[in-house]
Parts: sequence; C-alpha cells; structure tokens
Amino acid sequence: MSVVAAELETKLPLDLDHPLLFEMGTPGASAASMSESDVPTVDRATLIDPEFLADDAPDMPEIGELDLVRHYTRLAHRLFSVDANFYPLGSCTMKYNPRVNEKAAAMPAFAGLHPYQRESDVQGMLELLFRLRTYLQEIAGMAEVTLQPSAGAQGEMTGLMIINAYHRSRGETRTEVLTPDSAHGTNPASCAICGQQSTTVRSKPDGRVDLDDLRAKVSSNTAALMITNPNTVGVFDEQIAEIADIVHGCGAQLYLDGANMNAMLGIARPGDFGVDVMHFNTHKTFSTPHGGGGPGSGPVGVASHLTEFLPVPQVIQKDDGSYAWFDDRPKSIGKVRSYYGQSGVLVRAYTYIRSLGADGLLNVSQKAVLAANYVAARLRDRYHLPFDPPYAHEFILIPKFETGGVTELDIAKRLIDFGFHPPTMSWPIAHCLMIEPTETESLATLDAFADALLAIADEVESTPETVKTAPHTMPIARMDEVGANRKLNVRWRPEV
Amino acid sequence: MDYTQISPDDARHMLATIGVDTIDDLFSTVDDQHRLRDLLKMPNSISEPELLADLASLANQNKPAVGGDAICFLGGGVYDHFSPTVVDHLAMQSEFLTAYTPYQAEASQGALQAFYEFQTMIATLTGMEVANASLYEQASAVAEAVLMAGVITKRNKVLFASEAVHPDTRKVIRTLTYEQPIEPVRLPAKDGQIDLDTLANALDDTVASVVIQSPNFFGLVERVADVVRMAHDVGALVIQSVDPISCSLLKRPGDLGVDIAVGEGQSLGIPMSYGGPFLGFFACREKYIRKMPGRIVGLGQDAEGKRGFCLALQTREQHIKRERATSNVCTNQGLLAIRTAVHMAAMGKTGLRKQAEQCFDKAHYAAARIAELEGYQLKFQGPYFREFVVQTSHDVHKVLDHCRAKNILAGTPLGDMFAGMNDCFLTAVTEKRSKSEIDALVEALATV
Repeated sequence: MSVVAAELETKLPLDLDHPLLFEMGTPGASAASMSESDVPTVDRATLIDPEFLADDAPDMPEIGELDLVRHYTRLAHRLFSVDANFYPLGSCTMKYNPRVNEKAAAMPAFAGLHPYQRESDVQGMLELLFRLRTYLQEIAGMAEVTLQPSAGAQGEMTGLMIINAYHRSRGETRTEVLTPDSAHGTNPASCAICGQQSTTVRSKPDGRVDLDDLRAKVSSNTAALMITNPNTVGVFDEQIAEIADIVHGCGAQLYLDGANMNAMLGIARPGDFGVDVMHFNTHKTFSTPHGGGGPGSGPVGVASHLTEFLPVPQVIQKDDGSYAWFDDRPKSIGKVRSYYGQSGVLVRAYTYIRSLGADGLLNVSQKAVLAANYVAARLRDRYHLPFDPPYAHEFILIPKFETGGVTELDIAKRLIDFGFHPPTMSWPIAHCLMIEPTETESLATLDAFADALLAIADEVESTPETVKTAPHTMPIARMDEVGANRKLNVRWRPEV
Repeated sequence: MDYTQISPDDARHMLATIGVDTIDDLFSTVDDQHRLRDLLKMPNSISEPELLADLASLANQNKPAVGGDAICFLGGGVYDHFSPTVVDHLAMQSEFLTAYTPYQAEASQGALQAFYEFQTMIATLTGMEVANASLYEQASAVAEAVLMAGVITKRNKVLFASEAVHPDTRKVIRTLTYEQPIEPVRLPAKDGQIDLDTLANALDDTVASVVIQSPNFFGLVERVADVVRMAHDVGALVIQSVDPISCSLLKRPGDLGVDIAVGEGQSLGIPMSYGGPFLGFFACREKYIRKMPGRIVGLGQDAEGKRGFCLALQTREQHIKRERATSNVCTNQGLLAIRTAVHMAAMGKTGLRKQAEQCFDKAHYAAARIAELEGYQLKFQGPYFREFVVQTSHDVHKVLDHCRAKNILAGTPLGDMFAGMNDCFLTAVTEKRSKSEIDALVEALATV
C-alpha cells in the first residue's frame, strides 16, 4: 500500500467525525431568502409593551444553503432505511413505501388544506377519508372505524376508553385488562393510562394462549382481553373463537392489537372471529413511511354495539351525497386528536389500499406469509425455531451456539455488517430474534439475508470475536448506551 | 398495482423449500369457519395511471387554502408560513423517510444526530434547558405535560387559564386524562386574556399546574411572568403552550420562568395537510428530565471513545415500564422532527427573527386598517402577535362568504367555538401576506 493510500485509509470515511450544526456556520448566514416587508413600518414599542419583547433573537444555527444540504445529506447517509436496506424487523412490517403515496400526500389540493376551511371546499378530502374508513371497515369486518387516533398507541388508548365507556353505560365498573405474556409493551402501558390494572395471561409452550389460565383469570371485573393475532411469536392462534367465547361469557370485550394485520388481509377478518375493538397501524400494514419513528396513524374499528362511544368527529356521507363531519354523539369518549387526525398519513394509506384493491391486499398477505416461512425453512437447520410452522408473516428464532458466549445482540449487530437491519431482539421471549421479511422483498434478498445468518453461524464457531465486537462497518463502533445514560447529554451547549 | 417481487417460479421454489404444496397450506391454522372464501368487498387493484386519475378527481373537489388561487388569512394554530424549498428536498430523502425508530444506534447515527440537534434547537428557541424528540401534536403535548406536572407535584388540580387556550387542546386533554386522577378547572377569560384576579383566587396548594397559551387562541400575548410568579408561590408548575414563531421576537418561556414549554411545530416548515400530521414539541427544566415523556436522544461515546448518539432514558418508556408507565407514547414524529430541524437550521437566527417581525408588523397593519372600517372593530384591546379577533356588525358568515367569493379566506368564525362570539372571526396574517393581499382583504371587508 502506498503512503498516500495508507493515509487515506486511516481517514476514511471522510465524515467519521461529522460536526454538529452548532459547530458549523458563520454569524449572519441563512439558507432562507425572504422578501422584505412591504407594509409601512411602525415602531413596535408603540404597538406592544416593550416588556414583552425579547432583547435579541435566540441563538439558532447560522448556515448557508450548501453546507446545510451537505450536513443533512451526510446525516441521511449515516442511516439504514428500507430504501437502502432489508429491514426484517419483527412486528414492525417494514415494507416498501411506494413513492406514489408521497406524491398523493404532497398534492397541493391535499397538503394545502387548512383544517378550518369550510366543508364545501374540502369535499375531495372528506370523500377520501370516508372511502378509507369504508375500506378499513371491510378489511376488519368491523361495524365502524374512526380515523382520528395519531398512532397505534393512541389507537389502543382510544379502544380501551371505548370499552370503559361501554361498561359504564351498563352500570358496571371493570378495572382489569388481561394481556398475554407476549403482548407488546404498549398494551399494559395503555391500560395504565386508562386507569386499568393489567393482568398477564400465560401462553402455552406452543405459543398459543393457555385457555385454562384465561378461564382462571377472567372475571366480572375483566374489562377486556387484549390479544395480538397472529400473535407476536408468529403463529395464528386457532383457538381465537373459543377465546372470544370465554371473554364474552364474562361480559368482557375482546380487543385485537392490529400490529400483525399484514398476515390477515383478505384471509380472515377480526370482526368475524369475535373481536369487539381493534386498531390498525397504517405505518405497518398500509405502507405509510415509518419516518424514523413517526408520524404513524392508528385507526380504530369497533363492533356495532360500541359505535356510539367512538371519538368525535366522524366523517360521514349525507343523504344528498356530500361529505361532512359529524359530532352529535352524546356518549362519545370525546376528541382524541386536534383537528381531524393525521390526515396526510391517511391520504397515503388510502392511496395504497386503493392501488392494491381486494386482490392486491390478499396477495400482500399471501406473499408476506410465504416469505416468512421460506426464510424460516432456510434457517431451521442452524438455528433453533422454538415454535412449529406454519408461521404467519413473522417467526422467532433463538441463536443457540455452544461457543464463545455469543448473544442474540451480537448476531443482530453483526447483521449490520452484511447490510441488513437487525431483526427485533429479545422480545417476546428471551434471547430471540423476531424476523418479519414482508411481502415486498425479492427472493434474492431473502436468500442473501438467510445466507448472512448462516455465515454468521459459521463465524460464531470460527471467529466469535468478530461477531461479539460487531458492527465493524458503521460510522461508530458499538455504542456505549449505558455510559450515555449515566452521563446524560441531551443538548449541545457552547463551551464556556 | 403490485409491489411484490416474488414470481410464480420463485413461489414454487419457496414452497418446495418449506415443504408444502400451496400457499394456502401456510394458512392451515386459520380455521375454515373464519377463512374468507371471497375477495373483500372493495374495488380490485388499479394501474398507476388509474390511481393518479382517481386522486386527481378527489383533488379537484378541494379548494386548498395554500397552493391554489386562495389568499389565506386562516390561523387558529395552523398557519401559512414560508419554508425554503431546500427544506422539503432534504427532509424527504429516502433514508429519513423510510428508516425505523433508531433503536440500533450504530446503523442510525444520522437520525439520532438530527434528533439531538432538533432537541437543542427547540430548547434554544423556547429558552428552556432540555427538550424531547417530539410528540404527536400540540394538544397531546399539553396533555402529557399535565400528566407530568401531576407526577412531579403529586397534586391533581389543573387550572386552564383561560378559556382562550385552543379549544381542541381543552377537548383533547379532557379525553386523554379522563381516566387519570386529574381535576381540570377552566377559568374564564377577561377581555380575551387571563384574569389575574380570578387566577389568584383559584390558586392554592392543591394546584399541580397552570396551563396557559401565549399567544393565546385569540392571538393575545399573556402576562406570563405574572402567572409564573403567582403559580410558583403555591408550588404549582406553569405549562405554556407557545407559538414557536413568536419566540424569535417575544420573550421566550424560559426567559419568563415557565417550567414546561410545549407547542405546535406546524409553523416550522410542516404543510397544513388538513390538520396533520404535525409535531408537538416539549421542553422543560433539566431537573425534570427523568419525568419527561417521549423519546430522547443522548450524546455519548462508542466502544472506541468516538462521539456517538443513542436513545437515552429508555427505561422511562412504555415498552420497558409496561404497566408502571405514566405515558403510553411509543413514537415521536420522527420525520417531522427532522423536517422542522432542517427548517429551523435553514431559516437560521436571522431568518426566524425576520419572519417573526414581519408577522407582527403585517398583522398590526392589517388590524389597524380593518379597525378603521365601518362595521368592524378589534374585539380585544390586549397585545397581540400575528392574529386577532375581528368583531363585526355584519353577519359573520355573510362577511366570510363575500370574501371567499373573491378567493380570500378572511378568517375563522368563532361563534361555534365560544359562547357570545357569534359576531366574531379570527384572522391571522403571516409574513407571506403582501401589502396588496392585505389591502385586498380590507377592500373585500369594506364592500360586504
């Protein structure tokens, strides 16, 4: 290696120590070209008591446009994404986010609508929302869907509040919600916010709900059972109708966390197997982008006996065919979101569902389930699969190796070096990886991912240190998260 | 349309590897009774041109406030502000758009750094010590602040001072805290503002927090420093919902001693999109950081001592705390946090200041001209920033219809939102409104 090449190697990649915005720029710089004011100037101190006025503007960044572009472009390059990387993240449904959805949401006729415009000026938006709710009702088999909740977690909360309102309307106060031990962490958290005690129901070794335990725990104090089906270990619980009967037998409600709807589209409908309330995650099932953690959207569907408790407002079609907001629901739990929900996200979800249609949605679930079972089959000889196939759209494996003390975290981090985002880790059972390939990946990508996991299994035998110190190809080595939490630094401050 | 890439040949190969004959065999655990035999009752797939035509037909039935022929004077929490073109380009990059929550720090440094910078800019803009990586929107941010103040003070009573807090905020908080031991008390406004005497009477040592909005829903600037002094005297916290644009001209929450500052980020480069998705920002004193809801990014080091970023204080979060959680918020508004960060950095100190000054100057120009018109006056006399309530002796809906016919969206009628305000509408004037557009509004109002 030449001297120059050696020197380059020690410096690459060039942006390893990429500066913060606050370490860049020049006083007075800006990437904004604003018009000068054209109204007559008046001394502000004559219009408002000067005690309200700040002495100076806050010390925000001062950067020119090119440096701003480079800054954010480089940040983007230091980030895994579905557009660049396979993301087999269990329970998160990291499918391709079609660009036509973005085009739709960015159309001025949608993006330029103000929430306080009159209904006659927003008929197209209202019709879109009405159609979307009609589609979701059909997909779920539920009587009515609200589009208001801002995210899946808020959908859960909305659903639980509806259930509370229902029990109260019957003169009952029920303070307990049952959740399977494999439930997503938001389930018990949402219960707490809704004033409910959550009680765990055991799963059997095959991943299904333990019906004996359910029968023992359900009581006249049970408001609901929150269940995910297909569940978080990746199997469809065929006892679902029996579960519904047990729950309903005690006057409780069956809540379905719709996180795993990607395995169910056109296959079976929650409303048909006894679900009373469910929420969707449009950012999972209906391809609205995850955006590094939001915005999401969490529509909630309910059976007919619960519609009167839905949040306001609701989009309706009037007798004359026009569309409107309706809020005359005296028993409604109220408003859960300012204005009308995550409208721009809902435009994307509509665009996706409309483009795929009934046949396309069925194809989504068929291919998602095929992909999961295929990747599982390719790995079954080298990894422990604790649950029996067939799997739904995701499955769980446990890295069981004799050598080196390699953990699931090490395997996950090593996958990064192969260009794959790690699967969901250590949840819902200890030491597992939860893999959800989604329907949009090609066979070549699925094979490359399986090959990587097999190669890592070999590395664990031959060079375990390589795995234990991974990743090796990222801008930083393994992050010291414990240290970062011990010595908290959540904002930049100028050095004094 | 079809975004799958598995061909029939691929599928045959995959089924053979799995060891089953058909895809249907993979659904054997769904019992026959519940298995759908027919397709869902909705239209089948369509091509991209058909999809675009469908979207266009819906779009054609909308008359947007921005991006069409209309001149927008609508406000009430959502505003037509300028955002440099480069913001949309940078914020919509593939990686920002399609990344997941940055749990895997090593593969997510770009988003984590962008969130850390966002937190720093929000803290700087509001004058507060620390900020989180955002919540859903303003209303839920206030709700989370109310819950947090209850945890900190171990008290239940919440004073809403006054009814000039955004009506949606009040409604949403009522729903979101309904099952919590929170006692909301709504104080009446006096001349559109907090009545300090009423507040003084309502304050005692059972009050957890005083929720204020300044500038308030009517656009009026509240006497925040007085509220803070009075609340702190009884050990209550002050939660201020603040307009982020105003922070570059008016004294900031942090300058005034506010404990928790929240607000709506829409003005910072986010399209109106009929009311969402937006971004609720959340900032507070550093001593409360472990009680702060939502996602937080921290700066630290990797195993080799190099600077890096990761999610911090995850033990506060719902997926760890489960039933002991005090918030069930599971996301931030990641993409919008990046968008507003890019916007704030693009505008910069001088751009944001100039924007705030022009909002103030143009709103005051417009208000003065409207108040000169026969049949119109300002409803309130208090100080305002970029929004004001107009009272008219004409029929409000007739006034707004008349302006609407001239493609001017003159304001929002307040009769349905506030008792006794049937003769009032709310008008906002941003830096984007030119003098000629404001003059056109005045002309339209004059000719009703």
